[in-house]
Amino acid sequence: MSAHDHAEDHGHVHGGAAHGSFKGYLTGFVLSVILTAIPFWLVMTGFIDDKQVTAIVIMAFAVVQIVVHMVFFLHMNTASEGGWSMLALIFTLILVVIVLTGSLWVMYHLNANMMPGLHDMREMP
Amino acid sequence: MASIATTAGTEPVFHLEEEHAHAEGSSTMLGFWLYLMSDCLIFAMLFAAYGVLGANYAAGPAPKDLFDLNLVAVNTAMLLFSSITYGFAMLTMDKGRVASTQAWLAVTGLFGLAFLSIELYEFSHMIHEGATPQRSAFLSSFFTLVGTHGLHVTFGIVWLVTLMVQVARFGLIEANRRRLMCLSMFWHFLDVVWIGVFTFVYLLGMLR
Repeated sequence: MSAHDHAEDHGHVHGGAAHGSFKGYLTGFVLSVILTAIPFWLVMTGFIDDKQVTAIVIMAFAVVQIVVHMVFFLHMNTASEGGWSMLALIFTLILVVIVLTGSLWVMYHLNANMMPGLHDMREMP
Repeated sequence: MASIATTAGTEPVFHLEEEHAHAEGSSTMLGFWLYLMSDCLIFAMLFAAYGVLGANYAAGPAPKDLFDLNLVAVNTAMLLFSSITYGFAMLTMDKGRVASTQAWLAVTGLFGLAFLSIELYEFSHMIHEGATPQRSAFLSSFFTLVGTHGLHVTFGIVWLVTLMVQVARFGLIEANRRRLMCLSMFWHFLDVVWIGVFTFVYLLGMLR
């Protein structure tokens, strides 16, 4: 494969994948507006009485909207850059999940266990 | 050890198989994507810090006292509009129309500026009320997270203006197309981060 072929190959993948179409952008936009409006509406009107349920619902909406943005605006797919961007994304997501859940989990327990008065200090050596 | 001794007399041969020519900029998009992923990690750290410290008000103002969801909704709309107009800029760039590409880029920049102005108004309003970053751990982490995002948008606008000047001077040449595609990824990425901000900081903050 010559250098020229290589370049054309690359260009082709971009041309199809990286720019998207008018329809794709519009679909992404409409979906994002809906996925943004519903959580705002839920919180502003207090439609669901249970705050815990509302929190879970709006977080679910955020996850879906992030996927929508990734697909329709960032044109993520398994084929772009020979799969390397997807691999980098998956790696990053794993790190993000570890950082977020790890921090929240550890610090929550630290807070809960270090509360003054929670432990009887007389039992300490 | 033995194998080294036997081959010591002969010259080692290296095969540079990877030395075929790459087209200029053929790896830029992947490299830029890797940068965005590392940027994503920065935001993950800031989100983690906010998640841990976000409830420590130090007897100061809580999210409910400070946030105005109407303002945040308008802000979110500005960023969403700027995302779709940037998409239109990319589509007209594909067709090679310089003037309309520039026009869409300008509209994108204006939406970005509107977003920044609203955010700065919100910040100044909060600081005016005494809710400064020094007030509590909640406010420190809030200003760091949202401020870092705003800083990214600021640099995105600077980059956008730079590219508009570039396109005006040299047209939609290959290098400029590549740069516009990088900025496109950057801009949409900032929108993705903003989804996290408005959900976890503003909406969940109001629920507390």
